[in-house]
Amino acid sequence: MRFAYFPGCTAPGSAIEFEMSTQAVLEPLGLQFDEIPNWICCGATMGHTTDDNLALALPAKVLLNAREMGGGLEVATVCAACYNRLRATNYEVQHREDRRAAVARILGEEYGGDVGVRHLLDIVVNEIGTEALSEKATKKLGGLKVASYYGCLLVRPPKMVAFDDPEEPRSMDRLVDAIGGEPVDWTHRTECCGGSFTLSKISIVRRLVNDILSAAKDAGAECIIAACPVCQPNLDLRQAEVEKQYGEDYGIPVLYFTQLLGLSLGASPEAIGLDKVIVDPRPLLSAKGLI
Amino acid sequence: MQLKVPGPMVVSDFTQQVEAIIGQSVSKCYQCGNCTAGCPAAPEMDFGPQRIIRFVQLGLKDLALTSNTIWTCASCVTCTTRCPQEVDITGVMDALRIIAQREHYPVQDRYVTALNDIFLGNIRTFGRQYEIGLIGKYNLRTRQFFKDVMLGPKLFFKGKLKLLPHRSGNVREVREIFRRVKEESAASSANRAGRA
Amino acid sequence: MARIGVFVCHCGKNIGATVDCERVAGEAAKIPGVVHSENYLYMCSDPGQLKIKDAIRDKKLDGVVVAACSPHMHERTFRRAVAEAGLNPYLAEMSNVREHCSWVHQDIEDGTAKAIDLVRVMVEKVKLNQPLTPIRVPVTKRALVIGGGVAGIQAALDIANGERDVILLERDPSIGGHMSQLSETFPTLDCSQCILTPKMVEVASHPRITLLTYSELEEVDGYVGNFQVKIRKKARSVDMDVCTGCGVCMEKCPVKKIPSEFNVGLSMRPAIYTPFPQAVPNVPVIDKENCIYYIKGKCKVCEKFCGPGAIRFDQEDEIVTYDVGAIVVATGYSLYSVGEKPPGSTIAGYGEYGYGNIPDVIDALQFERLASASGPTEGHMRRPSDGAEPKTVAFIQCVGSRCPEKGITYCSKICCMYTVKHAMLYKHKVHDGDAYIFYMDIRSGGKNYEEFVRRAIEEDGVVYLRGRVSRLYRKDGKVIVRGADTLSGTQVEIAADMVVTANATLAQPDSQDVAQKIGIAYDKYGFFSEKHPKLAPVETNTAGVFLAGACQAPKDIPEAVAQASGAAAKVLEMFAVDELEREPTIAVVNEDTCVACFFCKRICPYSAVEEKEIKDRDGNLIKLVSHVNEGLCQGCGLCVVACPSKSIELLGFTDEQLFAEINALAE
Repeated sequence: MRFAYFPGCTAPGSAIEFEMSTQAVLEPLGLQFDEIPNWICCGATMGHTTDDNLALALPAKVLLNAREMGGGLEVATVCAACYNRLRATNYEVQHREDRRAAVARILGEEYGGDVGVRHLLDIVVNEIGTEALSEKATKKLGGLKVASYYGCLLVRPPKMVAFDDPEEPRSMDRLVDAIGGEPVDWTHRTECCGGSFTLSKISIVRRLVNDILSAAKDAGAECIIAACPVCQPNLDLRQAEVEKQYGEDYGIPVLYFTQLLGLSLGASPEAIGLDKVIVDPRPLLSAKGLI
Repeated sequence: MQLKVPGPMVVSDFTQQVEAIIGQSVSKCYQCGNCTAGCPAAPEMDFGPQRIIRFVQLGLKDLALTSNTIWTCASCVTCTTRCPQEVDITGVMDALRIIAQREHYPVQDRYVTALNDIFLGNIRTFGRQYEIGLIGKYNLRTRQFFKDVMLGPKLFFKGKLKLLPHRSGNVREVREIFRRVKEESAASSANRAGRA
Repeated sequence: MARIGVFVCHCGKNIGATVDCERVAGEAAKIPGVVHSENYLYMCSDPGQLKIKDAIRDKKLDGVVVAACSPHMHERTFRRAVAEAGLNPYLAEMSNVREHCSWVHQDIEDGTAKAIDLVRVMVEKVKLNQPLTPIRVPVTKRALVIGGGVAGIQAALDIANGERDVILLERDPSIGGHMSQLSETFPTLDCSQCILTPKMVEVASHPRITLLTYSELEEVDGYVGNFQVKIRKKARSVDMDVCTGCGVCMEKCPVKKIPSEFNVGLSMRPAIYTPFPQAVPNVPVIDKENCIYYIKGKCKVCEKFCGPGAIRFDQEDEIVTYDVGAIVVATGYSLYSVGEKPPGSTIAGYGEYGYGNIPDVIDALQFERLASASGPTEGHMRRPSDGAEPKTVAFIQCVGSRCPEKGITYCSKICCMYTVKHAMLYKHKVHDGDAYIFYMDIRSGGKNYEEFVRRAIEEDGVVYLRGRVSRLYRKDGKVIVRGADTLSGTQVEIAADMVVTANATLAQPDSQDVAQKIGIAYDKYGFFSEKHPKLAPVETNTAGVFLAGACQAPKDIPEAVAQASGAAAKVLEMFAVDELEREPTIAVVNEDTCVACFFCKRICPYSAVEEKEIKDRDGNLIKLVSHVNEGLCQGCGLCVVACPSKSIELLGFTDEQLFAEINALAE
């Protein structure tokens, strides 16, 4: 299966292990991701909170670039925020004539929302399927207790991003199950981590991150997996300061789902960037005999 | 506080301004408070989202645009997802932030707008985000020189902060997009002003 | 030459504001054949009707056109007036200048011009009207009541006490319905069972009532006064005549773990069971899906212990047929579930409330069972997860109701009142407990209802919080309730021991099937449609079929009972005469030209077309023709359209009349 790949701005930097592990799982899964030439930033939250035209023009430009690649390719992305913006743009130009006309005036080109957008999680669970995945996953996770954290933008709002339930999503849980992990039943799968405030309103972020970590701990999770390059650093990088502020001791490694997936597909710890994670997952994984 | 209705009550220009951006009528909101109930940032807001929608319904522009609520919304879309009347509350928050910035309302919270400015400035310059530049510029602009100072090295030594920006080959086109967006947004504001 | 009178009604300002009625009357007077024309403020009123009667006598009218509202509204009124003046009522017609002119036009010129056209059309039709005589059909003076809840019970008792026979049909093993599950009732707090069970016993012992429980409607045939109904009596596997109701079988049954329907899953029942101890009839049924004998072929423990020998494993379903003259539909409601949306449903669940998977979040009916002295905890407040007494309880209203996002726009009407009752009952049982009610509006319209709400707040200390609840989740054995109070403008978080949701009232899941069997209309939610929302709330559009209770719309007990008595009165009114009059506007076949293709027979939705033999004097068959049974024909006109040899006419709507109308418009 071939897709037009939109890596997003965090891929070469803060989410480099997400990018590395994504690249590591593609071949074993039989996926081909061709990077969209000269892709630009989708504008993220900063775009849609500043200018309604900019919010659509940037993603529409990305989607037009993807269309130019030919072959009617769907766009694939791993960043939940990018995924959300691209899908939202499609929805808006499909449903609102005024927005569609504005986008055409800005870009000098009509865009009607015809380029499909998929998240890698959606592709893995719904195209490849958990059964096939289970066969491909030669290195089972040995009942590793995993809390699947979806965050906000992957599943909301449901009319724009509809591949899983907005309140009780289970795609990642099913993935974990297929590769031999034990998905823990927990309450904070879709609670917001305050991602868009990670630089500007740290006190809110700390409160929300503490709630999420505490729920994962209560549920007996040994690690958390995420599908968003904003959520993961929030939970990982800020874990130490949250522990300090709230007097807790979590020590829960927060991985990208692609990292666990890569591990189960036989990738080396280096290839999936396990060393890049701040709360080091390697002691846990080696205790479990997984690395 | 007092809401004075000097003449026949009509839908205010402000209400229409918001509705034009979100593409939906705010009269759908029946003030059940579900948005406030589920909002992760509500404890830090001076008014819950439901109050802000009420201000929009009644055309109370100053109250809506000077509240810290619109800058405390995390855009997590919980409210929109659960709204029983299917009002796009997150969209209303966006609309209010857009109007406040366009019309240079005194922003209660310079942290968010500063970040937005730098973030979008980076896109305009490089076509993509430049993370270390973002963090550095942001701390300079908001005069928090030592904020997160311990996190930087963590990221850097993990190889997660690149000192040089990645440029998109599309930078010229991106600048053109920013230029036309400015024109388009100015035109649509003028249009609305003309109608009013 | 015809002598037609035209009467134009202003309907106050309803027509008069957008149609110049005086000008319409003036123009009508110029139509050839019109000998009288006038306009009046309210033509349906007594003085208005008098004007028509006087004109018929004075001007010797042979046709009347009333330009007013819809025939649906007042055709009967005007035809009766015309008949009182000695004219055949079917020589009077209505032009609908309200719905078709004044209500759809803004401009008085447009409205007036169209009204004049419509009057002209109807005048041309009336010129060709023939006197018709209503068809008389006999009435079977026995009623079928479908549904044995409080509405069905009330309707059945009222009809039976009016000395008419009643078949009361109930699909569950016992009558009683939802009301038998309730603990106490608002606003008086009298015990539901105490006021209902005597009525249930009265039903069972009433000589005029035939009670068919564990039975379902299969088929309805026929028409008003003459329905044939087919009923499936499901096999109970217990001989009702032999069983003494001792209950030993239920004690001995080795299957113990079937969630009780009556206790809404809060307790378990055996495979042979009565829903509750006060069941009527007090005869158990065997639940074949869970009975070991029916699954594995052996067990028969109940049979072994049954003293009188009433167990009948070989019993089969039985189909019985009854002739009835009227049907009362009282099939009740079902409760919305917060669980995941079933496939094909347009109504979604509450993922934000965990899709019903949080053990200490119960629905309103479960709370009723919890609070009921006959319930699984004998009325003690015990939460499901660990049996502990909950000290903090949150009640959430409008769960599903008034929520287009979930697919329900309407207000379920009864939840405001039962929720305040719940909170009050809770406070009466747990004095040191806290009760919080999340609400959007308190709709307490009803006798003593508002006072009841005030009592809960002022005397019992129930705390109302105005806002919806966005999320429920479990933490440390508590249910975290994330709500809001919009009056103070704050987010509210309560760590509750138990949460009670006031789920929306839905139609029965199979209400559409039932409606189609009986031939009545329903709305998009599956609630049955009344004939007129104000003036015929008990009738349906199908003559002889009446509605009672929550199958029509959410209703509380007094309303359901009132409507049931209303339906019973309608039935008794019908049964007060020996023959019913039916509209004579039915199809008739021209036997000379009919070629016996029987297209009409195939197309008729009412099975009213029969094959008729035409014989000569010696009894030899000459030919077959179609014949329309005038008792069954509803005058829909499908056969008229279908007939290839144009051998069928609809009386009152003949081709000649319709062409005259079209020609009048074309002039």
